[in-house]
Amino acid sequence: MSELDLPIIWAGIIAFAVAMYVLLDGFDLGLGILAPFADTRDRARIMATVAPVWDGNETWLVLGGGGLLAAFPVAYATVLPAVYLPIILMLIALVLRGVAFEFHPKAQGRDRGLWDAAFAGGSTVAALMQGIVLGRFVEGFDAAAGPFAWATPFALMTGLGLVAGYALLGACWLVLKTDGHLQAWARDWAMRLVVVVLGFVGVVSLWTPLAQPAIAERWFAWPRLLLLSPVPLATVAAGAQLWQSLRRGRELAPFLLTVAIFLLAYLGLGISLWPYAVPRAITIWEAAASPSSLKFLLVGVVILIPIILAYTAHAYWVFRGKVAEGEGYH
Amino acid sequence: MEHFDATLLARIQFGFTIGFHILFPTFTIGIAGFLLVVEALWLKTGDAAWRRIYGFWVRLFALAFGMGVVSGVVLSYQFGTNFSAFSQATGDILGPLMGYEVLTAFFLEAGFLGIMLFGWDKVGPRLHLLATAMVAVGTVISAFWILAANSWMQTPAGFVLVSGRFVPEDWWAIVFNPSFPHRLAHMVTAAFLTSAFAVAGVSAWQLLRGVAGDEARRALALGVVLAAILAPLQVFLGDQHGLNVKEHQPVKVAAMEGLWQTARGVPLVLFALPDMAAEKNHFEIAIPKLTSLILTHDLDGEVKGLTEVPPADRPNVPIVFFAFRVMVGIGFLMVAVAWVAAWRLWRRRLAGSRWLPNWLLWALTAMSPSGFIAVLAGWLVAEVGRQPFVVYGLMRTADAVSPVTRGEVLTSLALFVIVYVGLLGAFLWYVARLINRGIEAPKEAAPPGIAWHGGRA
Repeated sequence: MSELDLPIIWAGIIAFAVAMYVLLDGFDLGLGILAPFADTRDRARIMATVAPVWDGNETWLVLGGGGLLAAFPVAYATVLPAVYLPIILMLIALVLRGVAFEFHPKAQGRDRGLWDAAFAGGSTVAALMQGIVLGRFVEGFDAAAGPFAWATPFALMTGLGLVAGYALLGACWLVLKTDGHLQAWARDWAMRLVVVVLGFVGVVSLWTPLAQPAIAERWFAWPRLLLLSPVPLATVAAGAQLWQSLRRGRELAPFLLTVAIFLLAYLGLGISLWPYAVPRAITIWEAAASPSSLKFLLVGVVILIPIILAYTAHAYWVFRGKVAEGEGYH
Repeated sequence: MEHFDATLLARIQFGFTIGFHILFPTFTIGIAGFLLVVEALWLKTGDAAWRRIYGFWVRLFALAFGMGVVSGVVLSYQFGTNFSAFSQATGDILGPLMGYEVLTAFFLEAGFLGIMLFGWDKVGPRLHLLATAMVAVGTVISAFWILAANSWMQTPAGFVLVSGRFVPEDWWAIVFNPSFPHRLAHMVTAAFLTSAFAVAGVSAWQLLRGVAGDEARRALALGVVLAAILAPLQVFLGDQHGLNVKEHQPVKVAAMEGLWQTARGVPLVLFALPDMAAEKNHFEIAIPKLTSLILTHDLDGEVKGLTEVPPADRPNVPIVFFAFRVMVGIGFLMVAVAWVAAWRLWRRRLAGSRWLPNWLLWALTAMSPSGFIAVLAGWLVAEVGRQPFVVYGLMRTADAVSPVTRGEVLTSLALFVIVYVGLLGAFLWYVARLINRGIEAPKEAAPPGIAWHGGRA
């Protein structure tokens, strides 16, 4: 058996964990982003649609972080200090969002408004900071650039883009999991957000090759342009389909199509940034841990991830179907 | 205030966030086991009182679990934000250990927690019991991996150092490093003991307030019996752990004992004010030869003192010294209270009607937070006692920090303090409200299954 290229396998595993996180916690966070615009009486129902599963969704973030530390410690140690404040703010925002699930149902008086605010504010700030980290990642880090080097126009733009993207996922999740006036409300939001999100995807797609010649070269060199052109074309097609499916009142299709748009955008980023663990500075082979570490944890990943996916799917199956009006799990 | 440099601030921040976090797993490890026992008793006996006990304690469990999850996510990224040099040097070893914790414990807990909390009317009783069991097992597996990682920092093994990086050589030696079995046994027992006193104390309070009846008496009895078994066991495990620390981290033991000069026939210092500059104790009260006896099983055995190493290699002695006394003091108090309460319960069984006297209920109530304080104190002993090293003897904490500014660390520290103090207040507020609301009295003449929505039982 020839020697496996472990760093490539691990890059795939981390990419998978991050994609799972973005999709699963994406719709959780999206609910929080949308919640302030919803009727006060609907907020408990919105939270109830994810109360049994949000914890598992967030666990993919811990796997992404833990996996990065294990497989690419140099990248972990380089990236996190470079985006220190956005990461800290994201963590604190996730804390507030998370405890809101516990405290909101127990609050009866004015304190309920406090947890409404924690849920909405925490979700929005977490999404914004994740988008900023993404933007800085794409731009490449400037060592010793100061505490606020992350506040670039591009990073702020990707931050807002991710907030809109998560909100779209959340709206489509509500279309799937609710009915009546709340579903109609979510559908309206989804239709507005489709346009916004595709706009952001378009801006990022033009901005990155314009700002970074290496990315332009990656995409536009002939004949690669031909090979890669399906990615943007499929994104546009998925966006059009999403709009149609919302207009026709479909329930599952909008969520799946939004997932498809996310995955296509994610694939596009992967194409732009390959093979860097820290873009334009450290490749995955340079950042990789020792083969012993990569092999030791790979055994666990290969055996356990399928099992994890199975019981996670089971949990979603147990809580399948619509969350009815007035149904809180508490 | 040059002492408050970025390194110290990073340490304070990590100490604060992990100290906050550790309270919640300590509670949920034990309570998950308690809930598993209660649910199994309910399924076995069909007695609805057990179901009501579960219904009450699972709410406290859910609140604490949520707090543990969110404060735990913070830690998984703080290694990188605040201690990036440490992450880079040890990621090859600690990363896989934490990766296994996520894969074997966090997902397991999260995957079944939803069913445990919200699944009563969605799944059958056996699957629900399985969900409780998976969550309970997950909490212990989590402790296994994180203590393996923590112990490796205390007693590193199974690696080679290659240009400043710890490269794994033998994973068995890494996981089962010399202090790991002791630390795991000591911590898991601490978690169950803490929960046992919390259950007994909360139940005692509910009985005093008259907000619960038979359910609280049963929960109290379970807590007291468990505490009466675990408290002396913990004294034994702690002693064994101490011998292990003496072997591998003699400087830490010297700080715990307040011992400056290597000597034979070392006394046990009950109280003193250790003075690091003068390298001596003030106002010392001690029992002759007892430390030698405990640590070497010989009245004239030799114990190494702090002055064996230069001042730069010593931890902060007063913190380790006093935290150790707090932990041990609480430990012996636990043995005393648990045995008295267990004795009274036993006599009551023999004699019949009389329930525990009020003074004992008050004593149990007062003891309900004791485990948390002991755990924090013990953790201070272990981690402050490891200083000035982050990987004992090999990597200094000062070389472990991230290249971030003092202002960044100070800002994030302030944010964490504000948010966590507020959250702890909210948590205690809701917990107090749940406790004082008590356990619902049984519905008149209702069949046992009614508490289980839809009556599937």
